[in-house]
Amino acid sequence: MNAIATVVRDAEIIVTCGSGGVGKTTAAAAIALHAASTGKRVVVVTIDPARRLADAFGLAGGLGNEPTRVDLGDAPVNTTGELWAMMLDPTTTFDGLVRQYAESPERAERILANAFYRNIAGALSGTQEYMAAEKLFQLHRDDRFDLVVVDTPPSRNALDFLDAPATLTRFINHRLFRLMMLPARGGLKVLNIAAQPVLRTIGKVVGGDVLADAIAFFQAFEGMEAGFRDRADSVSALLHSSVTSYVLVASPRRDTVDEASYLAGRLIESKLPVAAVIINRLQPRFGASTAAEAAAHAEAQAITQPALAALWRNLAELGALADAEEAVVEPLVAATDPDAVRRVPLLRDDVHDLGGLHDIAGHLFGPDRVVR
Amino acid sequence: MDSRQFFGAARLVIVAGKGGVGKTTVTAALARAAADVGLHVLAVELEGKPALAEVLAGTDVEVTTITASEALADYLDDHGLKRVSKRLASSGIIDVVATAAPGIDDIVVLGKLKQLETLGTYDLIVVDGPAAGHAVTFLLSARGLLDTVRGGPIRKQAQDVLDMFNDPQRCQVLLVSLPETTPINELIETAYAVEEKVGVQLGPVIINGVDRGDPIVVSAAGSAPDELLAAAEFRNHRRAAQQAELARLSNDLALTQMVLPQLPVAGVTADDLGALAAALVEQLGLLAG
Repeated sequence: MNAIATVVRDAEIIVTCGSGGVGKTTAAAAIALHAASTGKRVVVVTIDPARRLADAFGLAGGLGNEPTRVDLGDAPVNTTGELWAMMLDPTTTFDGLVRQYAESPERAERILANAFYRNIAGALSGTQEYMAAEKLFQLHRDDRFDLVVVDTPPSRNALDFLDAPATLTRFINHRLFRLMMLPARGGLKVLNIAAQPVLRTIGKVVGGDVLADAIAFFQAFEGMEAGFRDRADSVSALLHSSVTSYVLVASPRRDTVDEASYLAGRLIESKLPVAAVIINRLQPRFGASTAAEAAAHAEAQAITQPALAALWRNLAELGALADAEEAVVEPLVAATDPDAVRRVPLLRDDVHDLGGLHDIAGHLFGPDRVVR
Repeated sequence: MDSRQFFGAARLVIVAGKGGVGKTTVTAALARAAADVGLHVLAVELEGKPALAEVLAGTDVEVTTITASEALADYLDDHGLKRVSKRLASSGIIDVVATAAPGIDDIVVLGKLKQLETLGTYDLIVVDGPAAGHAVTFLLSARGLLDTVRGGPIRKQAQDVLDMFNDPQRCQVLLVSLPETTPINELIETAYAVEEKVGVQLGPVIINGVDRGDPIVVSAAGSAPDELLAAAEFRNHRRAAQQAELARLSNDLALTQMVLPQLPVAGVTADDLGALAAALVEQLGLLAG
């Protein structure tokens, strides 16, 4: 059993990390499909708004913020497990948290209607990551599922995900927030913006209305910080616990390999083991000839058998590409336990159905049968 | 249209596309191609990664970085708020300000670009746009702020940026993608969103990493070894799939396509850039004909 198969057997949460465009969503879906085929009840959470995953799963209605069961009837798997899929809606998830922690429904509605809150829920950097972590926490507690597989948002740093609960807590505890709260604590209902130089400055930049919204939000939010902070701590603890496994995904390009190597370092720093490294979309090799041998054949037959020479030239070009890719991924491979590296070749066609995902899963979990 | 005309069509060119499509490569290739035809070029990096400077080292292109927190500090300085600007930027308050008015971090960056554009020091400014799904939000920030901020200098800033967006001689957006199903779908969605909501002129779309070439003749090879036939068949199939995606793109989006060839390396270096820049200039020549 290879490392990634062990992860699927033992983990309760699997997080796929990597740069944008390397195939995180597809990897997460293939892992989930395989886990379902081993009899687990799996939910895969995507953050990718593209319809691709819904289409691949044959869900005509698309994916929503609640899990939808995927019909595995036509899939080439023999399964007693279940596969569910959902797409994270950060705003709805955040609204749910506010309702849960507000002291009264009226207070919750006041917050939900506030323009500053809508901005936090919709646009604050880190909110999407935090809500992904929050959703994962909820699904982990949900008795319907044995395993949660999630792909991380395409943020500038894929590990923002790990820091996100702390980031929001920090935001709420920000000095500016405390400044805004001071008058309320002092019993004054009307905040004298002019008395606070920082607020006055911000008011000059963004305009008074915007600032008034912000102050109204922080006043309504007062008393909820503790609940939010405790929850964020629990979410963070779960992300750092041994039931959560991290799978890195890279494609054979210098920038994504650098990012994956950086992420591996960050994970190890946080004492979080890298369970597996997936190198996706590698140029497949054909036959045993090296690129140089193929080029020599092409040269030798250029005059006498031009059609055959063209075939050798093609083999030489593909071989050179595969060699270049191998050189690029080498540092990442060298730094990883060989058993944890899984290579997935570039397939003939883009993945667009369960069959394609099953193909990918075969490369991830099957015996080494490709590339070298 | 010759390449000088093309590169002179708009002073500010923002290169946008999803993560992983090679945006930085395209930005660098454009900058290099424009410099090669004698233009004074500035390439702008928005995220502080050194990639652009590395790949353009040793060329005539100047490279600079603009980050939101620095741009906000400069902005406050310019508006007589120097005393507090340092404190604001250093204490992380930009996060709070940006939440109060989403897009404010983007608008100060765009404002900075507008400033450079207005100065006229450079014939062409090429911007490696923000990554991932952030590109449309970035471009929409000006319009969004006009709706939420009802007065003050930020509103003026947003209006100035919109004026620049609406003038195709000042600003264009170039979208980058790969010749594959999902990136092409996303390119089409982005193009419509940018045109309808931002009103900025879209330049040609640039498809990166295209494996160009005639189909390899398999039948004529007679008794060639199996792996040769399999390799040729594989490549023909991938090339045909790429061409089908490009055809679908032409069908769905009425913009000129330019393609950059797939290079036999897995990460572009300064040496490879010359070839990509030459490919761009060559295609501009064809556009002229």
